[in-house]
Amino acid sequence: MGAAVFFGLAGIAFGPALALVLFTVAAEPLRVIVLVLHRGLGGVHRGLGVAFFWLVSLLLASLVWFVSVQLSDREDARLQHGLLLFGAAVSVLLQEAFRFAYFKLLKKADEGLATISEDGRSPISLQQMAYVSGLSFGIISGVFSVINILADSIGPGIVGIHGDSPYYFITSAFLTMALVLLHTFWGVIFFDACQNRRYWCLGLVVASHLLTSGLTFLNPWYEASLVPIFIITLCTGLWAFITAGGSF
Amino acid sequence: MITFMNNSDSEEEPCNERTSLMSAESPPVPSYQDGLQASEAGGAQAHRKRRTGGSRSPNNIADGDMSNSGVPVRETTSENEEEELTLKYGAKHVIMLFVPVTLCMIVVVATIKSVRFYTEKNGQLIYTPFSEDTPSVGQRLLNSVLNTIIMISVIVVMTVFLVLLYKYRCYKFIHGWLILSSLMLLFLFTYIYLGEVLKTYNVAMDYPTLFLVIWNFGAVGMICIHWKGPLQLQQAYLIMISALMALVFIKYLPEWSAWVILGAISIYDLMAVLCPKGPLRMLVETAQERNEPIFPALIYSSAMMWTVGMAKPDTAARGPTQQMQDAAEDGRDNHRSPLCTDSQRSEMRNPGPTRPITSFEEVEEEERGVKLGLGDFIFYSVLVGKAAATASGDWNTTLACFVAILIGLCLTLLLLAVFKKALPALPISITFGLVFYFSTDNLVRPFMDTLASHQLYI
Repeated sequence: MGAAVFFGLAGIAFGPALALVLFTVAAEPLRVIVLVLHRGLGGVHRGLGVAFFWLVSLLLASLVWFVSVQLSDREDARLQHGLLLFGAAVSVLLQEAFRFAYFKLLKKADEGLATISEDGRSPISLQQMAYVSGLSFGIISGVFSVINILADSIGPGIVGIHGDSPYYFITSAFLTMALVLLHTFWGVIFFDACQNRRYWCLGLVVASHLLTSGLTFLNPWYEASLVPIFIITLCTGLWAFITAGGSF
Repeated sequence: MITFMNNSDSEEEPCNERTSLMSAESPPVPSYQDGLQASEAGGAQAHRKRRTGGSRSPNNIADGDMSNSGVPVRETTSENEEEELTLKYGAKHVIMLFVPVTLCMIVVVATIKSVRFYTEKNGQLIYTPFSEDTPSVGQRLLNSVLNTIIMISVIVVMTVFLVLLYKYRCYKFIHGWLILSSLMLLFLFTYIYLGEVLKTYNVAMDYPTLFLVIWNFGAVGMICIHWKGPLQLQQAYLIMISALMALVFIKYLPEWSAWVILGAISIYDLMAVLCPKGPLRMLVETAQERNEPIFPALIYSSAMMWTVGMAKPDTAARGPTQQMQDAAEDGRDNHRSPLCTDSQRSEMRNPGPTRPITSFEEVEEEERGVKLGLGDFIFYSVLVGKAAATASGDWNTTLACFVAILIGLCLTLLLLAVFKKALPALPISITFGLVFYFSTDNLVRPFMDTLASHQLYI
């Protein structure tokens, strides 16, 4: 416990995300402003906008869960667990719905910008938008999941003293890292699928999100949850790479 | 509290003006390029009137812009270019304001989370006389509403008083008032803050060192804010005094009163800046008519114009004045910090009218910044700080309020770029912040806590 654990966990959870932001998004606003004249929003603003969308989706999902809990029997543990599962599924579906809504909003804004642009092209490519929005989704989702755990890790305490797993902190950090990367990949694939109307890709993204969230229900049986989630992350990463036009 | 009773007047003075965002575009000065002027004149006047956050530079800047973009041209394309420039700078301005607002909030949240002094209840200001330690919920609600009414009326009265003083050119009075307020903020509040931080970390500091540190900090602050100084140092000082003021509010405003006051103040801001007879709008319009910057101590400016390679010496003289004026205008809403930019304004006014408006071709580059009133900084930080202090030790609520406020600021700046007039910066951000605070604290927190206890991820 203490500062070492805090910095280690923060590094594991947000290292890749921070590197991605520093090397790609942070340099972007200036580059875009230099290159493009008619930009209403730059990379940083889009990141914040999508974080706002994610927050709203989380709010709605929490509302649904809260109402369902209030209306149900508090004593029944199985029912509560079931409601939690239901709440998580609703949250996943709402997140994807808001991702779609953000896609629509970006398309409209971009078309507007393109029409007043000098050469009729939009200032930012769809793939860049997909990447930034996926990354922001991932970062805000990861931060909300892990920030309280990080804050608790500074203080005194013993992990798992009541019989829970002692690896809680480090597995949380790895899960957060996987989630951030997954959101980035899903963003790229999702936007490309919406743009090219490949609806089976969309369905596959939503299904893999549901699967990932469902796998975390197997915690603390970490072999069954962490390993498959990382395999899914790798596969999704490859898929996003191919979708974005990369080749080997 | 006796100490606050005597000083609160100056404390409250800053509360009079609401912050508003002013657009950066300066109103075009009728001079020089007729074609551009015609198209800009409308916009410029609008800009001038609006006090909102944009950094509005005085005419000179507008002229400079005109000359930069318009010289080769074309009245047909001048409007397009103006729009281009607006949008081009719009995104940059948003970032230029995000950083100071974020810094101020980080300072306030860090202090709240570490120094316990600012979350302890030690009495209330005389502006909120009704206590909230009442047995029933209804009584508590009534008390908080009464507190809000008293506080807002004090603010309205002070703002109107300030506008009247400004209108009747009592610059010395305003100047003295603002200097007194900033003296108190820079010396007394800093001393208390430093004392509490040292107590928290159990660091010993002897009185001579303390005196030296506080004296230097305060003296340099007074000079930077009220006179000349490097832009970044001035911005840093403005951020620090906003944070100090916000901490005072967080400490001395009782719980429910603070939330109701935040809501009421955004409504007041909306009315004061947009209604034709609103005090803040009149202040901005008067400042624009007189071609003076608004109190530099009340507005945060993200940039200043510099004139590089000016051909005429008087334009060079204009340069520093512009800066001050910009700084003053930044203060727009903020009377919250009773800094006196008025005095600066009066000083700046003298060389002003004598400047020729020609020779803009020489201007190499103009930075049009955005101006945000210090009161906006203060109330944003109060919201986030209260969220950090009272949200059950939960970081999600603080983060949600932070994102909400920044999104509100982004939207307000977008509206600023569209409408090109002074706009109130509080309503949208505070509304989003309040909505997110209450919903995150009551709905999202139990959900996320339950998920985290089972180590579930969504």
